[in-house]
Amino acid sequence: MTPAVTTLVPAFEAVKVDYTAIAPILIVFGGSMVGVLVEAFAPRRSRHTTQVALTLVTLAAALGALLLWSRDNHAKTLGGSIVIDGPAVFLQGTLLVLSILGVLTMAEKWGGQDADAFTPMGAATPGSPQEAAAARAGFTTSEVFPLTLIAVGGMLLFPAAGDLITAFIALEVLSLPLYIMTGLARRRRLLSQEASLKYFLLGAFSSAFFLFGAALLFAYAGSLDFDKIASVTAAADPALEGLLVPGVLLVLIGLLFKVGAVPFHSWTPDAYQGAPTPVTGFMAACTKLAAFGAILRVAYVAFDGSRWDWRVEVIAVAILTMVVGSVLSVTQTDVKRLLAYSSVAHAGFILVGVLAFSRQGVQGVLFYLVAYGFTTIAAFAIVSMVRAGGPDGSVGSEASHLSQWAGLGKEHPVVAGVFAFLLLAFAGIPLTSGFTAKFAVFAPAVADGGRAGVTMAIVGVLCSAITGFVYVRLIVLMFFTEAGSDEVEVLVPSALTTVAVTVGTAATVLLGIAPGLVLSLADSASQFIR
Amino acid sequence: MSAIDGVVRRSTAPVTLATLATVNGYVVVAAVVLAGLLLFVAAMGARRLLAPRAATAATLTTYESGVDPVGGGWAQTQVRYFVFAFLYVIFAVDAVYLFPWALVVRDAHLGAASLVEIAIFVGILLVGLVHAARRGLLRWL
Repeated sequence: MTPAVTTLVPAFEAVKVDYTAIAPILIVFGGSMVGVLVEAFAPRRSRHTTQVALTLVTLAAALGALLLWSRDNHAKTLGGSIVIDGPAVFLQGTLLVLSILGVLTMAEKWGGQDADAFTPMGAATPGSPQEAAAARAGFTTSEVFPLTLIAVGGMLLFPAAGDLITAFIALEVLSLPLYIMTGLARRRRLLSQEASLKYFLLGAFSSAFFLFGAALLFAYAGSLDFDKIASVTAAADPALEGLLVPGVLLVLIGLLFKVGAVPFHSWTPDAYQGAPTPVTGFMAACTKLAAFGAILRVAYVAFDGSRWDWRVEVIAVAILTMVVGSVLSVTQTDVKRLLAYSSVAHAGFILVGVLAFSRQGVQGVLFYLVAYGFTTIAAFAIVSMVRAGGPDGSVGSEASHLSQWAGLGKEHPVVAGVFAFLLLAFAGIPLTSGFTAKFAVFAPAVADGGRAGVTMAIVGVLCSAITGFVYVRLIVLMFFTEAGSDEVEVLVPSALTTVAVTVGTAATVLLGIAPGLVLSLADSASQFIR
Repeated sequence: MSAIDGVVRRSTAPVTLATLATVNGYVVVAAVVLAGLLLFVAAMGARRLLAPRAATAATLTTYESGVDPVGGGWAQTQVRYFVFAFLYVIFAVDAVYLFPWALVVRDAHLGAASLVEIAIFVGILLVGLVHAARRGLLRWL
């Protein structure tokens, strides 16, 4: 046994680090550390402004570094643990832009002292003396910004991870802050705490699946590197074949959980409903993007050789996801839950593109993630604007029940009109980004996916019709129904939310009318380094 | 399975301790698990056989360190104990990562780089500690 042990533990060796390639990740993590210190030392009055500025500058600097250095500097670095290639750079760039929009919506004060959506103390109700005391004691709500930066750092790392350990660390680094952020809602505290707990427990459960799969794959391949797993799979040693497929499936379960694919979706509606709405938008757009980035990499690099062994199961998951997501969205009575189930259905549509197993499939998935991200952040920003009247003119809680949205279009035509447009984009009506995106994932599935691809595309189109019905019903409710008895107001957003909604909506229009630029970008970025 | 440890199984050899170790890693693991179970069963069985039994209502309640058992399992605990968890993470878990570093810090190739790396690692933990201290979390209320 002794010689075997010594060969298992080679001498320590310093790895080469390509700092220019990973600069965006380092900048974001560095910014988050500064954010924690700002949280500790900045005076309470200026903390919100400082934090928002710091977060936005960090994200913009990371985006700048990405565009200047990482884009032309594709590399495997840190001993293959991080792979900066076309899809990684594309997804990281999109992620940084989306998280800038997400931070803008989180920073909204609605006329108050601090970020409105977050609680300074879990046990205090909005506007109560306890809350004022908590604020005086310095428990301000700006800690959400460093948490966001840490989550963004993990998300940047996730699609670039070159081995299962790095992928797992990225998964945890992005998840843990999100569990906390889910529980920070200032209004409807109990719902928020429940959402946070459910998200945490199920998230921990899925992490265990991922780890168990990684352990089986290590036993199979003798390495956690995606390349090594791929080469061992290609060599096809029959002795250990039994470890491969369970390992692959368990790792995929861990990843599919994060995108909310059925049957691993049960956290999605609760977490989306309970989380503060800006966080929901950020989570829906960015987590999905990062997790699909990781799914693309494992499916196309690590598990490509064994795909005939696991494809059927994932095809079943994709079809189930589309059907369950769209059918259950019909029965929802809460806007946030409705959008959550629609996000489940969208995860299914994106999976169809993943399962095409072609370059066009990757391109379609990348495009879909961009289109869906912009539309989602804008949609949740609008949800956060529609409020039930609070006591004596204060900002009330969100009017998220569908009946409260009845007749909104008559009183507030612009807000309702923009929301209706975003819903049409979710439905995939032509001239919106949703149509182009759906075409971009279904076309490669039909062309390269064989009979299964055609089946999934047909199911996808049928499910799009079902979700289309849901969105059109909501639009009819907003424009052609008399308002209910509930008092509902639409808050006038500050520049922050206005920018986020405008950029999100403009991107939805542009990607629908002139998708050429982003499509060609996605096409040139669709090659993985192996 | 023999491909794992690179040892060829010899089925004809008599089972001695030496061959047992080379048979198969999984058999050894299974034997350890079995021995553990056996020990547990033996200990519990011996207690059951030897100990006197007096099944009154008082002896069947939960034993709580000599105190009368109070309340259900959903008792509330002081949230301030989370500070201990926090300190544990900062001071104990990072020590685990310092040991492998201590092995290579005098290495000519790795020393300088690993020193910087461990400084960053400890620095991040210190940032967390400073944040907690400034928030007043380290004061015992």
